[in-house]
Amino acid sequence: MSKFQTILDIRSAIKTKQCSSVEIVGDCLGRIEKYNSTLGAYLSTFADKAMQDAAAVDKKIAAGQPVGVLAGVPIAIKDNLCTTFGTTTCASKILKDFRAPYNAHVVEQLLAADAVIVGKTNLDEFAMGSSTENSGFRPTANPWDVSRVPGGSSGGSAAAVAAGLCAAALGSDTGGSIRQPASFCGITGLKPTYGRVSRYGLVAYGSSLDQIGPMTRDVADAALLMNVIAGHDRRDSTSVPETMAAKMDYLANLDIPIAGLKIAVVPSLNAGADAAVQKAVEDSLKVYQSLGAELIEVQMPHFDYAIAAYYVVATAEASSNLARYDGVHYGHRSAAAQDYIAVYSKSRDEAFGAEVKRRIMLGTFALSSGYYDAYYLKALKVRNLIRQDFLNAFQKADCLMLPVSPTTAFKMGEKTNDPLQMYLADVYTIAVNLAGVPAISIPCGFDQNNLPIGLQIIAAPFAEDKLLRIARMYEKETPWHKREPGFFSHRLTPIYRD
Amino acid sequence: MTLQYKIIVGLEIHVQLATKTKMFCGCELGFGLAPNTRVCPVCLGMPGSLPVMNKAAVEYAILTGLALNCNIPRFTKWDRKSYYYPDLPKNYQISQYDLPLAEHGYIEIPLEDGTTKRIRIRRAHLEEDAGKNTHTLGNFSAVDLNRAGTPLLEIVTEPDMNSPVEVRLLAQELQRIVRFLGVSEADMQKGHMRFEPNINLHITRDGQVFKTPITEVKNLNSFRSLERSVAYEARRQLDEFLATGKTLQMGNKSTYGWDDINQQTVLQREKEEAHDYRYFPDPDLAPVAISDEWLNAIKSRLGELPLAMQRRFVAEYGLSDYDAGVLTADKATGVFFDTAVKCGADAKRVCNLLTQTGLKIANERQTTVDAVGIRPEQLAALARMADTGQISASSAAIILEEMSRTGGAPDAIAAQKNLLQKSDAGEIEALLEQALAENTQAVADAKDNPKKAKKAIGFLMGQVIQKSKGQANPKIVAELLNRKLGL
Repeated sequence: MSKFQTILDIRSAIKTKQCSSVEIVGDCLGRIEKYNSTLGAYLSTFADKAMQDAAAVDKKIAAGQPVGVLAGVPIAIKDNLCTTFGTTTCASKILKDFRAPYNAHVVEQLLAADAVIVGKTNLDEFAMGSSTENSGFRPTANPWDVSRVPGGSSGGSAAAVAAGLCAAALGSDTGGSIRQPASFCGITGLKPTYGRVSRYGLVAYGSSLDQIGPMTRDVADAALLMNVIAGHDRRDSTSVPETMAAKMDYLANLDIPIAGLKIAVVPSLNAGADAAVQKAVEDSLKVYQSLGAELIEVQMPHFDYAIAAYYVVATAEASSNLARYDGVHYGHRSAAAQDYIAVYSKSRDEAFGAEVKRRIMLGTFALSSGYYDAYYLKALKVRNLIRQDFLNAFQKADCLMLPVSPTTAFKMGEKTNDPLQMYLADVYTIAVNLAGVPAISIPCGFDQNNLPIGLQIIAAPFAEDKLLRIARMYEKETPWHKREPGFFSHRLTPIYRD
Repeated sequence: MTLQYKIIVGLEIHVQLATKTKMFCGCELGFGLAPNTRVCPVCLGMPGSLPVMNKAAVEYAILTGLALNCNIPRFTKWDRKSYYYPDLPKNYQISQYDLPLAEHGYIEIPLEDGTTKRIRIRRAHLEEDAGKNTHTLGNFSAVDLNRAGTPLLEIVTEPDMNSPVEVRLLAQELQRIVRFLGVSEADMQKGHMRFEPNINLHITRDGQVFKTPITEVKNLNSFRSLERSVAYEARRQLDEFLATGKTLQMGNKSTYGWDDINQQTVLQREKEEAHDYRYFPDPDLAPVAISDEWLNAIKSRLGELPLAMQRRFVAEYGLSDYDAGVLTADKATGVFFDTAVKCGADAKRVCNLLTQTGLKIANERQTTVDAVGIRPEQLAALARMADTGQISASSAAIILEEMSRTGGAPDAIAAQKNLLQKSDAGEIEALLEQALAENTQAVADAKDNPKKAKKAIGFLMGQVIQKSKGQANPKIVAELLNRKLGL
């Protein structure tokens, strides 16, 4: 497997028998074996099962049987997605040994498409963080510079895709957790509209914000994965029915550019980013202009309140969602406890990390009697205003373009002692989750340290097809998504023979 | 010194709804099964699982709200109520906080003197039940989550009841209503109804009014314990007031349990704990919009309610309030009775047959009268036979039992069992002549001895019926006898 092949490449290579799934998956597992100790992208792998699944796909193809759209392709999933095989830890010591009795909806969809799930990737504990340093087990390194973070919370998935330890991965995004690590690792990451992908089997962090999405080498792969995972699921009441937003074939029209594209921009917001990021975003806009796009300046008057509102809503929901990890029902049970109250307090104290505790306490406070109106209710109102800001912008333009993060990947440990600084770095991504709209991060350049920069494109609710086409327009004109992180770029086994 | 007091009681009632499946998952409801066998990832609160609303439960709740004359808001939602307890898998309960499914209603309860009293309903909301902790394993407690996720309707009344009997009557009337609606089996043995009365006294001493501290008695699951605990609390509070003079203050509400063995309330919590349940809207569930169309469809299922039916039976059929009450204890009996009468039979006769024999058969078979194998028109036919003297009242009961066993027609059974009465005057007259001739002393007593006349007539009647082998119609025997004796 040449690690930088896309799903579409691998799929056609397997289907045309240029190589087998066993070869592809075997090579992928070999690379994981070789590099995962350095990168920490995976928390667990399923070598035996993956090889069996790959062999089964090869057998089907040899027998001329029909196969799914992901036949034999090695895929990674974030370790907050439930699987009947292996553990589902959420990178938390409290769920260290948790084995789910069911598969998440998206896992069912991947398996139905004949994907080979090679392993489960690292994350900030319960998806709370922006650097994957909050993992309860180990941090993940950025393949472009192993002294730097891969972003988070889907840092393991981003690093695995960037380093060629899988063809593509699934992540989850509550406040930027797909887009920011995609940006830091130079890959493509899509957060779909809230309700587009079923959350059934995604271990909840902030239920009204969480959404699962693809993390891929290019836009076409993101479209393909969306074809597999999007759509209504009656087990998730917040999953949107087909009658309200029909599932689409996101690949079908992908290469047709949007004629008369109008791009909303907010110059005052871009100004908050580092110079290299600003320049890369400005250059990207020029590329679009050269393709005939028109830039329209818009105002996002409530954007500044997004982080404050987010840390009330997300933590309030988290404080409730994480209540079940108490040593009685789920999770680590303290050996020191003498009565059931102590089982609760000691188990939670021993097994939750500092950031998770911080957010549980914030959320508990925000929901407490006498504070609810001032915090939670107020945050919901702000949320509505932010959504309205976006909808207003989409009245005037097809999409809104922003940086993903004000900086490129930062050094490990740089921000761990300053949680507020870490929170503020999510300024560009968080509002999107509050509004529930879809957004994508695509590679748009590199800084002076050869670290990737991401461009964020945001579209109206359920306009993923348009969003992907807009992203594809840029991708076709630029080389960034084809660059490889140096250390991992040597090819192991050149299986893809011409 | 003058002292008077008034008992003030409000009631919270949890009613388990008789839906096929649980409130937010597809597990079927079950009772008395092996622990943790009716569970799935959703009702176990497994990481990553999500609730899906049971529409039937919402419809049952709305139906009950309508029957309780409540306002049904067009928009309602689900809230999470947070507290840590081993029987609560997610450590929050999905409930309804500020927008209940029904509010501001009332219920008319029939009092023992035949009048009714209106008790206001504050609200009724839906929620999921918790599991059950059991303490039979020594040092450990065990948790059974079969019940977790069962739909519960919590109904809260205003403090409008003023005696232990009224509290019981309200509970019984509510049971009758939910059974009529078919929304709950309301089986007390299975814990389908649980009561929590809030009680205090308004004591007037020398013209001054004192209110005693409110006590709440938890988790009562029988009408008897409900009535008795309220009576006990009223006495206890009066004694306490006389001894200590303690009155209602903010926060001095206490919680009691009911000790059924010693028939007394037992203090559980002295002060009202400052519970902070941190309610907030459940982000996993969409709010519920109730359209006109939906509400009207539910309204059309309401039907005649028990008290209205009871009153109609009194007004239309001239039944006593007691009889009408017995017939409307459950809907099956009421409807069966009504249909039979409308087939053309005397209401009182049908009522007696049903309440004395029909309900006995149904009880023995643990079912309702409409399911014992008798059709209402057959019952009407049987009643007519009794009315016209073709059979005696006691034979009617025997025939009814046989009908329920074989499904046969009443006249066929009567003939087959030789229970048809002889009403042929000529035949009876012959027997009568015989009896009179054989018992001259009795004839003389009947005619001339006022002291013994009644007894003598009864004796002669008996002789005739005996000669007919029990088949002579007593009404006709009496008529003929009176005529012969010239009375």
